[in-house]
Amino acid sequence: MNADDRELLDALLAGEHRALARTISKIENRAPGYRELVSALYAHTGNADVIGITGSPGAGKSTLVDKLAETYRERGETVGIIAIDPSSPFTGGAVLGDRIRMASTIGDMDVFVRSMSARGTLGGLSTATADAVKAMDAFGKDKIIIETVGAGQNEVDIVRTADTVAVLVPPGSGDSIQTLKAGILEIADVFAVNKADRDGADRTVQELREMLHIGEGVGFGGSGHHGADAMADDRTEPTAGTGAGNEDRGGNTDAEAGADGDGNDTDSPAEWTPSIVETVATDGTGVDTFIDELAAHKSFLVDSGTHAEKVRERYAEEIRTLLREDINTLLETELEEAGGVEDLAEAVRTGDTDPYTIATDVLSPVAACLEEAAVQAPGLESESDADRH
Amino acid sequence: MSSDQDEDSQSQHHTQTAERDRSIRCLVSKVGLDGHDRGAHVISRAFRDAGFEVIYSGLHKAPDEIVQAAVQEDVDVLGISILSGAHDTLVPKIMDGLEEYGAREDTLVLVGGVIPDEDRPELEDEGVAAIFGPGTSIEETIEFVRENAPER
Repeated sequence: MNADDRELLDALLAGEHRALARTISKIENRAPGYRELVSALYAHTGNADVIGITGSPGAGKSTLVDKLAETYRERGETVGIIAIDPSSPFTGGAVLGDRIRMASTIGDMDVFVRSMSARGTLGGLSTATADAVKAMDAFGKDKIIIETVGAGQNEVDIVRTADTVAVLVPPGSGDSIQTLKAGILEIADVFAVNKADRDGADRTVQELREMLHIGEGVGFGGSGHHGADAMADDRTEPTAGTGAGNEDRGGNTDAEAGADGDGNDTDSPAEWTPSIVETVATDGTGVDTFIDELAAHKSFLVDSGTHAEKVRERYAEEIRTLLREDINTLLETELEEAGGVEDLAEAVRTGDTDPYTIATDVLSPVAACLEEAAVQAPGLESESDADRH
Repeated sequence: MSSDQDEDSQSQHHTQTAERDRSIRCLVSKVGLDGHDRGAHVISRAFRDAGFEVIYSGLHKAPDEIVQAAVQEDVDVLGISILSGAHDTLVPKIMDGLEEYGAREDTLVLVGGVIPDEDRPELEDEGVAAIFGPGTSIEETIEFVRENAPER
């Protein structure tokens, strides 16, 4: 790490807002030296709760995040927010509008809001987001919230950088529940039916609950004991104690567990059943319950030991993504040397060759290098790699 | 940033702009009791189409709030739109705020709106890089940003 970056790191750790802002810029821009900087951040991380919030456009994410931030601040906790908006696939430009909704805490520097655009790099954003979370964590934020539109795989990857994922479902989105099913709804730890003062909120809650119970019925999570009797009172069925939905938790839990006999938490791995809360982000209704559920999920992760597993999986994914990007960078160079992708594409168009032949040709010197490196000391390759960046 | 020259000549060609190493980040801000934001919207959209990342502050922000956003978002360019005539009190407050966080040096501050000629030198002394009045073309503004966005 050079002297400037060392200074930047020191300033960040000393709590200078500008240093945090600059560090995130370096991460976003993949500026020279950012890798060493992020590496150095890791030693100072691990204290923040990371919460991912996603949902369809207009679901009320930014407004709810604003209320979350306000409530956390009232409790004396500092907050970092990373708000991600799409960028134009054509110009790369973006209008990052989430900040406008975050009015409750404006002027409070202990809420650090950073807008990020998708910048069009596949997988790159989830890495940049994870790194920005590290920067905020090292800075000393207690809660870090990642907010992104739930539109596809990329977004799923982003919110996976969080310990706890909340999915916002506005009422009357019966159809969008269907379309969301394949991805977004599966990653939710907590559902917030936002705009719960609108017609159809009850129905949306009901639909979500049904979806969750269907999932339970066919899942592996120790649901095998569900007989006809158990199915009859599914609504009050506790799953692994802490995992029950918020409305299901309470007085009847003990009785149910007793009646069931074979408590899930003893004979099968603990599993969290997503809870459902109703919120009205604009006036703050349900926000406390929502926060309690987020906290309950975090406690569940820690108590059940799944947190360590989750963190491990996340780091494994980070390592893979990072390596993919690094190799991608190497290949870009190879591609340039092979005449640039446009010439190659033209050659395919005119029928002189095909993409598979080109890919093999471009890759062969890289493969040769790897074989060579395997014979030599393993450290050499990574050093020359680091020089490149 | 070395490919800037190419991009300028082919700014309509999306593959060129998409390959920038680094996007220019701009905060377009409305400060004080001034509800006229059509200009700010037009500029936001034009900057977006030019390939910049634009953060829009929303209406009626206090100078402190603009400073907070500019610092946290680490923007290269801060555009302040003022049509209320309060530029001579609001702009210095913003500049002082930037100074406080060490952001004044390397933020390109632009003012747009209705600024009488006799007020311009004062704003320029405060550190405003350029003032774009009525009739300024969008291209001129974008060109200015491309050429003057700070190298970091």
